[in-house]
Amino acid sequence: MAELDAIQATTPLFAHRHLLGIAHLDPLEITGLLDHAEAMIPVSRAKKSLKTLSGKTQINLFFENSTRTQASFEIAGKRLGALVVNMSVKTSSVAKGETLIDTAATLNAMQPDVIVIRHSAAGAVELLSQKVGCSVINAGDGAHEHPTQALLDALTIRRHKGRLDGLTVAICGDIANSRVARSNLMLLNTMNVRTRVVAPRTLLPSGIESLCAEVFTDMRDGLIDADVVMMLRLQHERASGRMIPSVREYFRFYGLDADKLALARPDALVMHPGPMNRGVEIDPAIADGAQSVINEQVEMGVAVRMAVLEALIGDRAEAAP
Amino acid sequence: MTRALIIENARILDPASRRDMNGAVLCDDGRILDVVAGAAPGAPANVTRVDAGGLILAPGLIDMRVFTGEPGFEYRETLMSASRAAAAGGVTSFVMMPDANPVIDDAALVDFVLRRARDTANVNVLPSAALTKGLAGTDITEFGLLKEAGAICLTDGRRTVADTAVLRAAFTYAANFGMPVVHHVADAALVADGVMNEGLFATGLGLKGIPREAETIPLERDLQLAALTGVRYHAAQISCAASVEIVRRHKKSNAMISCGVSINSLTLNENDVGAYKTFFKLNPPLRSETDRQAVVAALGAGVIDVIHSDHDPQDSEVKRQPFAEAANGAIGLETMLAAALRLHHADEIGLMDLLGAMTCRPARILGLSAGRIAKGAPADLILVDPDYPWVVSEAAIRSRARNTAFEGARFSGKVMATFVGGVEVFRHTGE
Repeated sequence: MAELDAIQATTPLFAHRHLLGIAHLDPLEITGLLDHAEAMIPVSRAKKSLKTLSGKTQINLFFENSTRTQASFEIAGKRLGALVVNMSVKTSSVAKGETLIDTAATLNAMQPDVIVIRHSAAGAVELLSQKVGCSVINAGDGAHEHPTQALLDALTIRRHKGRLDGLTVAICGDIANSRVARSNLMLLNTMNVRTRVVAPRTLLPSGIESLCAEVFTDMRDGLIDADVVMMLRLQHERASGRMIPSVREYFRFYGLDADKLALARPDALVMHPGPMNRGVEIDPAIADGAQSVINEQVEMGVAVRMAVLEALIGDRAEAAP
Repeated sequence: MTRALIIENARILDPASRRDMNGAVLCDDGRILDVVAGAAPGAPANVTRVDAGGLILAPGLIDMRVFTGEPGFEYRETLMSASRAAAAGGVTSFVMMPDANPVIDDAALVDFVLRRARDTANVNVLPSAALTKGLAGTDITEFGLLKEAGAICLTDGRRTVADTAVLRAAFTYAANFGMPVVHHVADAALVADGVMNEGLFATGLGLKGIPREAETIPLERDLQLAALTGVRYHAAQISCAASVEIVRRHKKSNAMISCGVSINSLTLNENDVGAYKTFFKLNPPLRSETDRQAVVAALGAGVIDVIHSDHDPQDSEVKRQPFAEAANGAIGLETMLAAALRLHHADEIGLMDLLGAMTCRPARILGLSAGRIAKGAPADLILVDPDYPWVVSEAAIRSRARNTAFEGARFSGKVMATFVGGVEVFRHTGE
């Protein structure tokens, strides 16, 4: 078990009980999680199971439909030897606040070690974290935060560029409704990345200029010399008239195609948190092209979630003061 | 091929530079090459020379609000007939409203209008595009694609968007593409079935009134949203003193807003309705004389930026009806300048300001290089005799529709010749 020992040696002290958002992390903690995730990649690739979380219980509590994130957390937990239970909760018929608190009490009684939560309402995960006795990981709350997505994006970038510091990253699309954008902006700003936001004004939230280095409403300007082009999913219902008149106009002005990508650096990475709308925010040829690291992002997701789980509920974590 | 033209012996009036001098203008290839004081220089024999005979030479007028009937209502007006009327009225460019059938809310339709105009019109037709799909006030149109197709601005024409959230999104999205929004301000619920200005006069006629608040409430709303979104906003037409005060207040803090006034609101009032004359049934309605004087003063003070004709051809079928049942609107392309000159002759407003409101000011709002007499500008020019006496007669109207509010009016001042891109498109002949 020399490999296992080596990994445990890299496990940093992580002085948080929960991972609710990137906002609570400092550069050292982010770097520590990324280093730890890096070490998990060979484990993940070898499809080995470690025993570091043996005997621990992980509940995936998804109030919002998700296939990839839930699967990613499930695989991460299982590769570390945890007992993983998936719970999908329909929120439609019951008043959400009441359901959430009731659910928390119920789950708490089952004595889990960690609950991974996704909820459509911003702040819901934090509320639930106050009502349970175990660790909580935010797997996305409304348009607020999605910290493991930001970490896996950072890991993907770092592996290709060798660093984060000093890079230029353009985040493009539906910024206003995106938790991915918010978590990424916080992480990248913290890591001294030059962050750009590219979107039509109807999809820019108020005050965004304070949350990034530069705001562009013309995508062509926003991509010039970018090291990374990060596309966001456009919810179809938003492209039907109120904020965006049509899919064809959106793709014409804000979709990533070869012409626009050519303005970025020749070695620029193309990223997308998925699931993609091909032909809406991204040209299929670009999504599958040489610069795309979209599938690699999914792979890094498992490594990052393994690292986060260990940091929160691994034995080293419990030993932490 | 050369299209060289010299117009000499003219009183050159250029509102953009506020220049008023005797001289000559040299044009070639559709543009103004030079403007010289005094006598024109010699030129090759093949250059067309026009002796202005001391008449006023002004930039061609730019009319920001013209309804035609093409496509869909060709019996009212075509681009060809509208352009002939425009040329006779000294209008060298007009913004065509999107209220057609189909509504001009798609890039392909903008392209259609531009092609039809190229093939049939002899003045510049600037298509506007609908702000919302089908003018329905619910979903915004494709501003980016419409702009690329050649739409000059966005407007819902006669309609006012009622939903404030839609309007906010529309303004925000228009600012995104740098497209000016021109918005008619009338609260449909307050207008309801009103047919003329609310007040004693309407009551006496037994007609339902339209309160001024039907205009001031959406105007105030629009201007607050304009400040929020940073859109280039133009209130299509205001008609009363209270609206003037609202615009004056907002202009102190927002340089991106402007407003227009119809020539009808400047020169007519509710008393002209007289015995239920439907050619004076307009939208916005003719207001009181106090309101008319307020909008005239606001024009002189620069609070109101633009005069337009609100040219709205309607056939007799819909106009020769009981007042309450008749359609709104009057034609105005041929009479706008002559009617405006009434204000000049009555010393209500100076000639330079009057012309500026129909030339350089709309050009600035729309981002056009026309509307001025300067090197490099399009050679869109008019010769005006400011004192020429004439009477409007229905028989001589060039529009297909006859619904003029100035039938039988006696005017002093007329366009004697009109040039578009250095080519003469109209010349007044005979008495």
